[in-house]
Amino acid sequence: VIPQMLFAAFAAVALVSSLMVILHRNAVTSALFLVLAFCSLAGIYLLMGAEFVGMVQVIVYAGAIMVLFLFVIMYLNLKHDVETGVQVALRRGLGWVLGAILFAEGALLLGHRWFPGPVSSSTEMQRGGNTEALGGVLFSRYLFPFEVIAMVLLVAMVGVIVVGKGLRAERREDGR
Amino acid sequence: MIPVGWSLALSAGLFMIGVVGVLVRRNALVIFMSIELMLNAANLVFVAFGRQMNSMDGQVIVFFVMAVAAAEVAVGLAIIVNLFRLRETVFVDEINLLKG
Repeated sequence: VIPQMLFAAFAAVALVSSLMVILHRNAVTSALFLVLAFCSLAGIYLLMGAEFVGMVQVIVYAGAIMVLFLFVIMYLNLKHDVETGVQVALRRGLGWVLGAILFAEGALLLGHRWFPGPVSSSTEMQRGGNTEALGGVLFSRYLFPFEVIAMVLLVAMVGVIVVGKGLRAERREDGR
Repeated sequence: MIPVGWSLALSAGLFMIGVVGVLVRRNALVIFMSIELMLNAANLVFVAFGRQMNSMDGQVIVFFVMAVAAAEVAVGLAIIVNLFRLRETVFVDEINLLKG
């Protein structure tokens, strides 16, 4: 029952935060809600026993890709909405409440840590785990696609550098 | 065990939200985020069916999709930055010329 409840909770968080992504007016807020959606999807992957995919989801999507998004949003310096005093106060209060909840959680976990219950052996570890199994498939059956994807990433990197150099530098080289 | 139908329903919801985001938003950056949402919905289906059929292939494909998504985001954001330098806007309905 607990996995189903966790799935429902993660799914609700993912749906609500992805709705906020497309509904919120501020692009930075949209990006942060997208991070929340990706993290809850990572939780769902963990529930499904796909540990490696869940971790890669957090590292690549919520880490690398969203940092790139936020960097570009802030680099472009789009129109930002004016903040009113009420919103700031509300946000600060919410921050304190969330911090208190987090602190209570930590205290609770620490309490359990000091008084550990009986070790449950209901979940037997499969040998090697999900990551080893995935690596076995990836480097045997899917070796050629793996190499191709490495090539794709290299081409994308070169392309981004060429495009990101900008028109101005190009024109300077042309002597215009 | 989580029924596979739940994952499919969640994935359908995420994909629809992504499609609506692409259609209704003007900001090119938010449109890109919606595309990311759709890619994630597809990933969820791959993982769910991979577990249903008890094979690792779904997770391997998710790995490839993530790599392609990373490349796509990098190239797309570079294009958006160039577009902003050229036209001083990222609103797609103001970008209506092929000539810069």
